[in-house]
Amino acid sequence: MDIHMTVNGEQVSASVEPRTLLVHFIREHLRLTGTHVGCETSYCGACTVHVDGKAVKSCTMLAVQADGADITTIEGLADGDALHPVQEGFWERHGLQCGFCTPGMIMSSVKLLEAAPDPSEREIREALEGNLCRCTGYHNIVRAVEYAGARMRGEEPAQPDWEVN
Amino acid sequence: MTETTSVLGGAVRRREDPALIRGTGKYTDDVNPTGTLHVAFVRSPFAKAKILSIDTTAAAEAAGVVAVYTAEDVRHLGPLPAQVPVRPRPLLADGQVAHAGEAVAMVVATDRYLAQDAAELVFVDYEDQAPVIDLKAAQAGDVKAHDDMDSNVIISWAGGPFGDEEAIAATRAGISAAKEREDAVVVSLEMTNQRLIPTAIEPRSVHAEWNAGYGEFRVHSSTQIAHALAGAIARVFGLANSAVHLTAPEVGGGFGAKLNIYPDEILTCFAARSLGRPVKFTETRREAAVSTIHGRGWVATATITGTRDGEILGYELEGVADMGAYTQNFTAAIPFLGLFIGSGQYTMPTYWKVDCVLTNTVVTDAYRGAGRPEAEYYLERIVDAYAREIGMDPADVRKKNYFDTFQDAISPIGFAMDTGDYAKNLDALLAFADYDGLKADRDRMRAEGRLVGIGLSSYVEVCGFGPSGLAELGFSWSEYNLPSSFNGSALLRVTPEGGATLSIGTGPSGQGHETTWAQIVNRETGIPLDRIRVLHGDTKDSPTGIGSFGSRSLAVDGAAAHEASQKVTAKASKIAAHLLEAAEEDIRFGDGAAHVAGSPDASVTWAEIAKAAYQPHLLPEGLEGSLEAHALFSPGNATWPFGSHIAMVEVDPDTGDVTLLRYIGMDDCGNVVNPMIVDGQLHGGAAQGIGQALHEHGIYDDMGNLLTTSLVDYLIPTAATLPAFELARTVTPTHVNPLGVKGIGEAGTIGSAQTIVNAVVDAVAHLGVRHIDMPLRPKRVWQAIQDAKGA
Repeated sequence: MDIHMTVNGEQVSASVEPRTLLVHFIREHLRLTGTHVGCETSYCGACTVHVDGKAVKSCTMLAVQADGADITTIEGLADGDALHPVQEGFWERHGLQCGFCTPGMIMSSVKLLEAAPDPSEREIREALEGNLCRCTGYHNIVRAVEYAGARMRGEEPAQPDWEVN
Repeated sequence: MTETTSVLGGAVRRREDPALIRGTGKYTDDVNPTGTLHVAFVRSPFAKAKILSIDTTAAAEAAGVVAVYTAEDVRHLGPLPAQVPVRPRPLLADGQVAHAGEAVAMVVATDRYLAQDAAELVFVDYEDQAPVIDLKAAQAGDVKAHDDMDSNVIISWAGGPFGDEEAIAATRAGISAAKEREDAVVVSLEMTNQRLIPTAIEPRSVHAEWNAGYGEFRVHSSTQIAHALAGAIARVFGLANSAVHLTAPEVGGGFGAKLNIYPDEILTCFAARSLGRPVKFTETRREAAVSTIHGRGWVATATITGTRDGEILGYELEGVADMGAYTQNFTAAIPFLGLFIGSGQYTMPTYWKVDCVLTNTVVTDAYRGAGRPEAEYYLERIVDAYAREIGMDPADVRKKNYFDTFQDAISPIGFAMDTGDYAKNLDALLAFADYDGLKADRDRMRAEGRLVGIGLSSYVEVCGFGPSGLAELGFSWSEYNLPSSFNGSALLRVTPEGGATLSIGTGPSGQGHETTWAQIVNRETGIPLDRIRVLHGDTKDSPTGIGSFGSRSLAVDGAAAHEASQKVTAKASKIAAHLLEAAEEDIRFGDGAAHVAGSPDASVTWAEIAKAAYQPHLLPEGLEGSLEAHALFSPGNATWPFGSHIAMVEVDPDTGDVTLLRYIGMDDCGNVVNPMIVDGQLHGGAAQGIGQALHEHGIYDDMGNLLTTSLVDYLIPTAATLPAFELARTVTPTHVNPLGVKGIGEAGTIGSAQTIVNAVVDAVAHLGVRHIDMPLRPKRVWQAIQDAKGA
């Protein structure tokens, strides 16, 4: 089937098998490999992208369902050299180790902060429940989101934990 | 009291991160050159069965299929290489399957969807047999995992001390005598340390190409042991190691599961060579549950004999450990790692014996902690039960039985430990956590009718392997065409423009080696961090290396980087002294240059030193060109980190649901290079131990079907189930490496599961509950409360 969509601001058109998953279309047809496949069943969230402004797990959506959609992947998040504040937060607060869950975690966090600009720790934890990380114990992911939230509100982020205790 | 500032480096932000947060980091499944073929495996639905026939006709004719292979096609390659090959596995099941999910046939097609379609078309005629799944049944041996075996027990690990039968008998006699004392208290529990599925978020993946002209494999794999895998491939195909260029690119979590050689890695190479095309295999998540190793899987009885006033007179552990259907890399040696710390931080006589049994289940091997979480779980649970029995505070019981501050002590189980200061560490934790205040909080909440508990535990662990002589104990890398050595390796090369590349022998999967190793080189040479490039996970960059596992990277390969830096600066000192017309002993390095002590204006930059090194006419007479050094580091001992943790939990009396209110840790890994990374390792490590305590369980039914193959059946912690971690540290350096560092990758896991269980038992002990087996899911906790009430 022929599909057309906007991915990271660029028009793309392709002919795909109807059963092609959106994540495979993104990774293998468009060669945007920043979006990862961790479970193919929408539990782990490593494949999270933005589809028409919503965080979507692209492993359980068909590429043909995204026909006409406006998609942003992790590669489209930064503004050139300028990182998105959430990306900056993950770097500044050691919110990643192996980095495999990170693109999905960042894409979910962006939507979390759009919906709740000043979330409590509990709200962050519950909002990210659909994104699994096996490396960080989530501690520094929460701190990364808090950092990003502060930056986006124009506030000074809290000190890193390793400088407090 | 506590020290949290780094003595060797600082919380430098990671150099790995820019690519990973932008989505430009490359993992193995991202390697996808045009023409790549894809693999799907046909897997056995039976745990134990004879294969009567395999019909691949329909699959071979299916759309996109290029080849279908069975055991007949790959038998000539031999079994899967393994370091401790007690019961090696065939690359594809050969006439017999020994666990559900074992690969029986391999389909190669032009597309991963088509490969999976065709795998459905392979018809296998099985004659199923009764499997052995239960550990005690396997130990008893009425049913064998393999029909040609006399016993399912393939090895037993016993101490202490380890390796001395007479002394072990004397230890047992002594403990028996202690039980006869009038003041003796004997506390015993049978406990399960359940089977776990490691669950790195990145499924394993391997991509192979064969260039017949060059006679060379080009392989990418999601592995922690690049050199060993390359050596194994070379050995299987009869090639020189240098004919296998293997890269472990970004690796999306390992946790021991990628510390292995897998049949699919060898078979993907076989297909690439046979077909002359690039071939890739990437596990699906469901498949990973049966195609990647599991961890833990023990049942054991722990017994403490002690006095009413808290003196432990003896500790006994007798158990059985599940090896699964075959032995892979370290399988049969994992309980041995537990034996190393069998007596923990304590001085009491210890008897320890674990039988290793084969069962018709997925192979077990190293999963974060690998034998040590099991050992500490049993010991620290029973110490806790003993403290409860005699009505003493668990902190006081521990301190009463700890080793005093030491350097080089022999543990009761028979191993030399490097340094320890256990009571200081526990006291620091009690102060940091405000233990008395915490207990007051608990008691206040209890008075309101809430089920709140505090769990305490301490641990010692052994890591940072290690001494080169470990090969003598049977840990030999020769099966992988590597020297039988656990040396660290670091090759530091000052580049012609004055920067540096450091090629290391480790294979990180998120531990930040590019950052920490650059800090080590920077500290010694003064070359700016941003001019130091750290290369890893590639057999062409690094002369040798055995990868990242067992919390060994910093203590062994990091120490090698330190020594390589010293060698390079020693030569650079000669060059700088020549260029500056100064005495060599007056040369000091810092800020990207060599300076002359006492002459602030006299300096040469690394760029100028490098320029001379690469233009020998500028060098002093007798000095050869180039500026590089390769250091191999073999420590005198492993390192023995330690620590103490406290958890506070609340149990919902109506549902049995456990909420983790606080988690507080005081860990000691000696000196620290990057405290940000060390804390991150502890967070993740503790999360995995907490996951074992509360959620995770690889469950088999009686017929050997694995019931937990998806992330909705196999639960790992989420952001919502974990609290913020409260961490601090004591610093007790080791003398077995020049950095004074100990490993930290597994400590959080080794110290945490029993902390949680101790806390939950504390919350419900007054109802009559003595123990609940992990995972402490709501139903189990609720049932334990009901049973106690009924009793």
